[in-house]
Amino acid sequence: MNTRLRSTLLAVPALLALAAPATAFAHSQWLLPSETTFSGEEAWVSIDAAVSSELFISNFHSLDPQNFTATGPDGQSVPIENAVKGQVRSMFEVHLTKPGTYRIGSTNTGVFGGYTLNGEKKRLPRGVTADKIASLIPQGATDVQLRENQSTNQVFVTLGVPDNAVFKPTGKGLEMVPVTHPDDLVANEPGVFTFLVDGQPAAGLKVSVTKDDRWAATPIKQDVTTDAKGQAKVTWSGPGMYWMEARASDNKVSIPGATDRGLSYVATLEVQAP
Amino acid sequence: MRKTSLLVLTGAATTIAAPAMADTIDLTVTLPRPSVAEYHRPYVAIWLEGATGQPFKTLAVWYDSDNREGHGTKWLSDMRTWWRKGGRSAQIDGISGATRAPGPQKLTIPAAALRGLPGGQYKLTVEAARESGGRESVTVPVTLGGKRPATTSAKGATELGTVTASVKP
Repeated sequence: MNTRLRSTLLAVPALLALAAPATAFAHSQWLLPSETTFSGEEAWVSIDAAVSSELFISNFHSLDPQNFTATGPDGQSVPIENAVKGQVRSMFEVHLTKPGTYRIGSTNTGVFGGYTLNGEKKRLPRGVTADKIASLIPQGATDVQLRENQSTNQVFVTLGVPDNAVFKPTGKGLEMVPVTHPDDLVANEPGVFTFLVDGQPAAGLKVSVTKDDRWAATPIKQDVTTDAKGQAKVTWSGPGMYWMEARASDNKVSIPGATDRGLSYVATLEVQAP
Repeated sequence: MRKTSLLVLTGAATTIAAPAMADTIDLTVTLPRPSVAEYHRPYVAIWLEGATGQPFKTLAVWYDSDNREGHGTKWLSDMRTWWRKGGRSAQIDGISGATRAPGPQKLTIPAAALRGLPGGQYKLTVEAARESGGRESVTVPVTLGGKRPATTSAKGATELGTVTASVKP
């Protein structure tokens, strides 16, 4: 399956198709925190990280723990500790020592792309950064296609009383600013989240929410669309862990030669019983 | 002279706005003894909330406050409903105590603890969370600032037995 998936990807003639939304869950990245709400003087949160074909089931490959960072309620960086990179799943821990809400995750920017040389289609290596592009495209290459890519994957955990310091948007790419605090979600009340692209409300954005329910006959998944204020309102199907994803694309590129921009945002949310 | 009478009126208005000041609540919370090999006494939180969730007032918290490693507060968030609704920002010094044994447990909420709450209808909720066990909440309606004593009662199914609240003006 993995081999077949890889070769399919390589064979896709239009490289832009790579970022097209796939059906169901289909090889997506996720973070799974041990808990999201903590009491006491200090606490440890343990987080699993992987890419897989089923939500929270480690069946494909791990994510590199070095990719992740944690930010505390005071805006300071908090160390990623005890990281282990397995074959199909990574694990790391974060020590929460100050009260408030922490953001743990990654925002990766990169370029997807390729070119034609002597009649042969070539693809740029995965994860290439903007400064390397020029050196990777040889003289005489034609049909150069570059897609700028930003992907964010986050979880939010709180020691004591939740606060909102870590949700200050940077104004770059696709971001989520909660109206309902992610560590204050309860099954009988809707969760409301504002999505921004470059700091502006992203209206009409499709937001998909999948519940962790591996024993359900069909995935418990719903799509909602953001309103004019960029707000998505999610009605939960009971308590549990949820995976929320949004994607956007436009042509507001920052990398010279890029033709378009793909943005993806993923967060794992815990919804409590009322 | 006129000023003086205004002051007197203001004082009277304050008294009317807080008629619950003299109320006390006698509570009986029955903790069942499940027949399990590994039994730990439950953590219990008891609070009052208005119809909209506000005002919110924690009345009592029974937890492992004497935990030798000082880790008793680590498990307070296991009383998830209480924690989310207001426990996480509640000042529990003076209203917390050790966990209690199975059986009917009595406590009296003194008038001083209810001071500042406006009269009206409230939900009084008892939430119990037990290590290696379950979690359950039982809610009884209570009215503060009423003229006569009133008793309300409700029964849990798993982690709580009967909860009885008697409000005395």
